[in-house]
Amino acid sequence: MNLAQTQIGQIVTVTHVAGEGSFRRRLMELGLVPGTRVEVIGVAPLGDPLELLVRGSSLSIRRAEAEDVSVGLGEVSSAERAPEMTGCAQAGGSLAPPGLASSAP
Amino acid sequence: MTQHELSSVSRGEPDAAHHPAHTPLLLLIGNPNTGKTTLFNRLTGQNARMGNYPGITVERRSGDLTLRAAGAERVVEVVDVPGAYSLSARSAEEQIALSAVLGWAENPRPDLCVLVVDAGQLARNLYLVTQLLELDVQVVVVLNMIDEVRENPPNAAELSRFLGVPCIATDARHGKGLLELERAISAALELPARRALRINYPPALERDLERVSAALPSEWRGSAARARALALWALTSVEEDDELQGVDPALRTRCLEVRAQAGARDIDQEVIATRYALIDAELPKLYPRLESHPKKRKTSERVDRVLLHPVFGFAIFIGLMLLMFQSLFSWSDPAIRLIEACTSMSADFVEAHVPESIVRDLVTRGVIGGVGNVVVFLPQILLLFFCIGILEDSGYMARVAFLMDRIMKALGLHGRAFVPMLSGFACAVPAILATRTMERQRDRLLTMLVVPLMTCSARLPVYTLIIGALFPPSHLFGWLPVQGLLMIAMYLFSTFITLISAGVLGRTAVKGRRIPLILELPPYRLPSFTGTLSMMWRRAAMFLREAGSGILLFTILLWALLSFPRPAHVDQPPPPAAAIHQQGRSVPNPQLASSPAPVQGPSAIEQSYGGRLGKALEPVLRPLGFDWKIGVGLIGAFAAREVFVSTLGLVYGIGDADENTTPLRDKIRHERSADGSAAYSPLMGLSLMVFFALSCQCMSTLMVVYRETRTLRWPLFMFGYMTTLAYVASFIVYQGGRLLGF
Repeated sequence: MNLAQTQIGQIVTVTHVAGEGSFRRRLMELGLVPGTRVEVIGVAPLGDPLELLVRGSSLSIRRAEAEDVSVGLGEVSSAERAPEMTGCAQAGGSLAPPGLASSAP
Repeated sequence: MTQHELSSVSRGEPDAAHHPAHTPLLLLIGNPNTGKTTLFNRLTGQNARMGNYPGITVERRSGDLTLRAAGAERVVEVVDVPGAYSLSARSAEEQIALSAVLGWAENPRPDLCVLVVDAGQLARNLYLVTQLLELDVQVVVVLNMIDEVRENPPNAAELSRFLGVPCIATDARHGKGLLELERAISAALELPARRALRINYPPALERDLERVSAALPSEWRGSAARARALALWALTSVEEDDELQGVDPALRTRCLEVRAQAGARDIDQEVIATRYALIDAELPKLYPRLESHPKKRKTSERVDRVLLHPVFGFAIFIGLMLLMFQSLFSWSDPAIRLIEACTSMSADFVEAHVPESIVRDLVTRGVIGGVGNVVVFLPQILLLFFCIGILEDSGYMARVAFLMDRIMKALGLHGRAFVPMLSGFACAVPAILATRTMERQRDRLLTMLVVPLMTCSARLPVYTLIIGALFPPSHLFGWLPVQGLLMIAMYLFSTFITLISAGVLGRTAVKGRRIPLILELPPYRLPSFTGTLSMMWRRAAMFLREAGSGILLFTILLWALLSFPRPAHVDQPPPPAAAIHQQGRSVPNPQLASSPAPVQGPSAIEQSYGGRLGKALEPVLRPLGFDWKIGVGLIGAFAAREVFVSTLGLVYGIGDADENTTPLRDKIRHERSADGSAAYSPLMGLSLMVFFALSCQCMSTLMVVYRETRTLRWPLFMFGYMTTLAYVASFIVYQGGRLLGF
């Protein structure tokens, strides 16, 4: 599963970032390193870009980029201690047009 | 668990020159959207000097900060470095931050780096902090926008302990915490002390770093910590095909070698994940409570549910954009009229008091006209930057990019290109200036190159004249007015061509590497009017200073082209005052306009160099259906497109013609070619409108592109591709139309 396929409000964990060179590095430098929990908090009305919550910071990236980020369903492991993931699951659910959040190619 | 160490404090470093006459240099660095520029304005009192970074067309803003500590005053130069998420780079543009910090590539070496951090986005911002601290430079950290995390603010003292450098909490928008910051800056300058952060990377990576360090050129080894940090930087920046500047070939080879030998290991991930692990481990200790979804952000998200809604969001967006466009298009009108009236009054005044001579003509037509040609852009520039200031400041500009990115992406453009493109419908000059709101050079360039294809307001008088003269007011299907339809068709045509051109140019001439779009949706804030006003003023002053002289010079040149050689006796109206920018509204002379002088023999303009050039061009223009008279009009139109109308008037011996002048329309309608047939057909009219839609008949646009790119290459390229496009399209319209029997 990749980040573009997740539902709005779903919390997932990054497992792998694909892509080449500087492009991939830039995604990771924004906080999308393996092990990070991410939530898609919104989708632009035209279906792209996506708005993410990563390490307590909001960030928008395009669907094409999100497809390079493989994710797994995020169980809250005991090792997770960063504070950013609490109390944010309620955000943004109404932003997406129906069907867009799950209709990644 | 990752460890980090703070190396011992090093004092009296050899690289900071501390003689008394030296004005200390302070860099403001940070991620985009951290309020860096607001802080810069607060510190320097908005007396910014604009320049460029050496060797690259990226704006370098600097200003003076006066520190008052212990009764003594000390002036410090502050430079606002472009926002960056990381110091690692693959292009010269991304390299700016590092070059500025280390004083590379002709940049002056800074004495202190003030790192601005958004208190509400701490984790991501701390990434840059770790990079900078590894570099072993002197740093003061500013925890800005602290007011937005009031309920759960990160602890500045705790952060200072973790990083080993002073951390000051500020709220730059409201001017809070600035005194403490100035005190910290004074103290840091007084007692230079660097603390290098040492992060322990996985053992394999440490071995790689040693190998890369060994290949560093001697001028890159300041201290052991600096050498290590630069080895890290090179290892995560150098690629086979990067566009970095000043990287030693031996170092480059070594980096590529080490990366190739890494095998299954992932060097980038090792570096980045280690830094983030360090940040993640520290973060909980910085907050009073384990909750970091600030209230301000929640409020913003609620507002976004409406403003980014598929229906209401777009409705509000279209409304706001229409309002902005309306203000550019119509509200600037009274100011433009006033400027035009002033220009023609000054010219009339000179004409009334100075006897007829070539010098008088130079002053009235060239100089006064030229100054008018420059000043006439100001109303639209000021209005556009007012709108942009409010949009940026309130946080809505990021939403515009968010909403429109899907569409702009298809054209190879950034979502932020939307506002400049839209302003292109009013005038290309302010629109090109507005491309500075985009971060990436390639995005700015591509937007700049296609914006002049949009139907600007200066094309309207030309279309009005042609449609009025050559297309009789008839109705399609008995109710659709043909004239109005044609006007709409011209708008649709130009928009369509603009979009196609952006797509094509973005894949050819300004091909950029694919980089991720990074967009932040900042919380909504109340816009600052003083900040916006000062930005409007700066942009306008810059336009006057940089593009003004060029436009003035070209106006005089065009005047000379259409005035020399002088006819033996002047009984024809003089060449056009090129100052008639918008709508060709020079103050009309009713006598001349209502009673056309009978044309006997060639007009003055026909004998001028411009007239001769028009005649020389006729064979080239023939296939498009144009004769030499149109050719002269096209030359005159370089001053500004609508000057075509008054130039054509002069060719026909009609002074002060505008697009609604009946005699000029009649002349065009009844013009006969040698065989007695009508010289100008509706088909030729269509061909001429297509030519105007696509060609770059505007020296001001070319001048502004030259000033923005600082090279002749792009204005020449723009002129070349637009003229070719216009010629080919007109050719197809005219010859195709004739084949079809029109």
